[in-house]
Amino acid sequence: MNQWKNFTKGFIKENPVFVLLLGMCPTLGVTTSAMNGMGMGMATAFVLVCSNIVVALVKNQIPDKVRIPSFIVIIASFVTIVELSMQAYVPALFEALGLFIPLIVVNCIVLGRAEGFASKQNVASSAIDGLGMGLGFTFALTLLGGIREMLGNGSLFGFRFIEGDGILIFILSPGAFIVLGYLIAIINKMKKTA
Amino acid sequence: MEYFVIVISAIFVSNIVLNQFLGICPFLGVSGKVSTSVGMSGAVLFVMTIATIVTWLIQQYILIPFGITFLQTIFFILVIAALVQMVELILKKVSPPLYQALGIFLPLITTNCAVLGVAIQTQSKNFNLMESVVFAIANAIGFALAMIIFAGLREHMDLMRVPKGMRGVPIALVVAGILAMAFLGFSGLV
Amino acid sequence: MAKKESSFKNMVVTLFVITMIAGFALGGVYNATKEPIALAKKAKTEAALKAVIPDFDTIYTYKVLPADGADSLILNKGFKDGQLVGIAIETYSNKGYDPTQIKIMVGFTPIGEIINTSVIQHKETPGLGTKMKDPKFYTQFQEKNPDSFKLKVKKDRGDVDAITAATISSRAFCDALTRAHVALKNEGGNN
Repeated sequence: MNQWKNFTKGFIKENPVFVLLLGMCPTLGVTTSAMNGMGMGMATAFVLVCSNIVVALVKNQIPDKVRIPSFIVIIASFVTIVELSMQAYVPALFEALGLFIPLIVVNCIVLGRAEGFASKQNVASSAIDGLGMGLGFTFALTLLGGIREMLGNGSLFGFRFIEGDGILIFILSPGAFIVLGYLIAIINKMKKTA
Repeated sequence: MEYFVIVISAIFVSNIVLNQFLGICPFLGVSGKVSTSVGMSGAVLFVMTIATIVTWLIQQYILIPFGITFLQTIFFILVIAALVQMVELILKKVSPPLYQALGIFLPLITTNCAVLGVAIQTQSKNFNLMESVVFAIANAIGFALAMIIFAGLREHMDLMRVPKGMRGVPIALVVAGILAMAFLGFSGLV
Repeated sequence: MAKKESSFKNMVVTLFVITMIAGFALGGVYNATKEPIALAKKAKTEAALKAVIPDFDTIYTYKVLPADGADSLILNKGFKDGQLVGIAIETYSNKGYDPTQIKIMVGFTPIGEIINTSVIQHKETPGLGTKMKDPKFYTQFQEKNPDSFKLKVKKDRGDVDAITAATISSRAFCDALTRAHVALKNEGGNN
């Protein structure tokens, strides 16, 4: 398998958020700022890579019928590791992301890649797939978070551009839906003309 | 009086889909028609309530006494996955027509952030068992409300002329956003 | 690449082994992160204490149960050279817009005047309730004595200027401060 293609497909062609339409909950829920989006993306990417590697390693040892519960335990373990580590070393980000960190375990992307890719491919390909998808996810979340932060707060990654408030609706829940809707439309258009 | 506040805020003020962004996957994926939305909502109500009760018991009688609350994520998700399997089996035996109606939605509920999300939230709010049950049912009702209204809107949209690039998911998201804006109007309620 | 067959024994063994390994791994990570987590929490509380009461060399901390509500408040009495310099109370309100509890550290002088406030925890709406942390809002509480400065928003016939379009968050803020003030009165000023 062409590993470069394997790696880059997660960015545009098979971007988990914009194309595969997976992992919507955190995409809408934590993108109130670029920093939050990026943090969430990287936490998810970590879990993705680790669980893909472990699943690819042990796939032959797991009887078919207990596949899904086994994957869930593996994924949940890495999510808990991320939870504890973030709580210890980046407490501010941990609090900002809140409930969505444990929810990484039900992020359809993670279970989806474990089931659909890592359980069938070798360790190296699975690791690269996890990394590509994870970075693609991070890219999507950072982009969405950045747009919402700029329009809604007048800042980016904390650097303020304007005094006072932006267009608040973008930081509130409707803004998430609307910006994502338009982003997907734009990316669909880009893919068609590419 | 407390129960009233829990119910109103779970259904309207902090609607699980439109405010908290939990359960978006089924919200977007299954809301094509009102009938499938009703089916999904029923399944969610069922699983969410039972899951909240079971996870509450586990937290109170296993996780806290043994000091292993950091294993909450693993325990909860395994419980939910097992629960869904069990519910499927029981439903098949006890009520085949109901199973037919809900059947395909049940496995989707395992990876539904709504169920795990509500289970975790119940813990962070220190509800007692009765309050947890009320909270779970209210959230399921909120989910149903958002999804059924949205399905109605989508069925309507299918009959309209939408610009090519926006057709399907993009326009659905924008409409969801407007629905979310409408729900923001409830914010002064409690 | 043959997969293991799904015999009952294999399934049970596999799940057992995976869970055991996961359990040990997580136990290890938990132990490794226990201290950093505790340290981070402590640093946060200390920062909040320093923000609301003047310089102190010893701090005397204890819990009190408020007359209403179930959760206790944490009183921190700050002493410098044996003199009481300020009382920082970690108070809360469950009446915020978001279901998450709002936690505020409020510092009082020994005679009950508010020195400053520091929001420790909240999940209020960005751009609205989050303005609780804005100087434009919280400076109005400084140097006010709740005995005379009514801790209710102007809409409720009090003296507090609420945040525009964030009445609920403003009310919750007042609720938390009132709880702290009542606890302070019940405890008596000096100790």
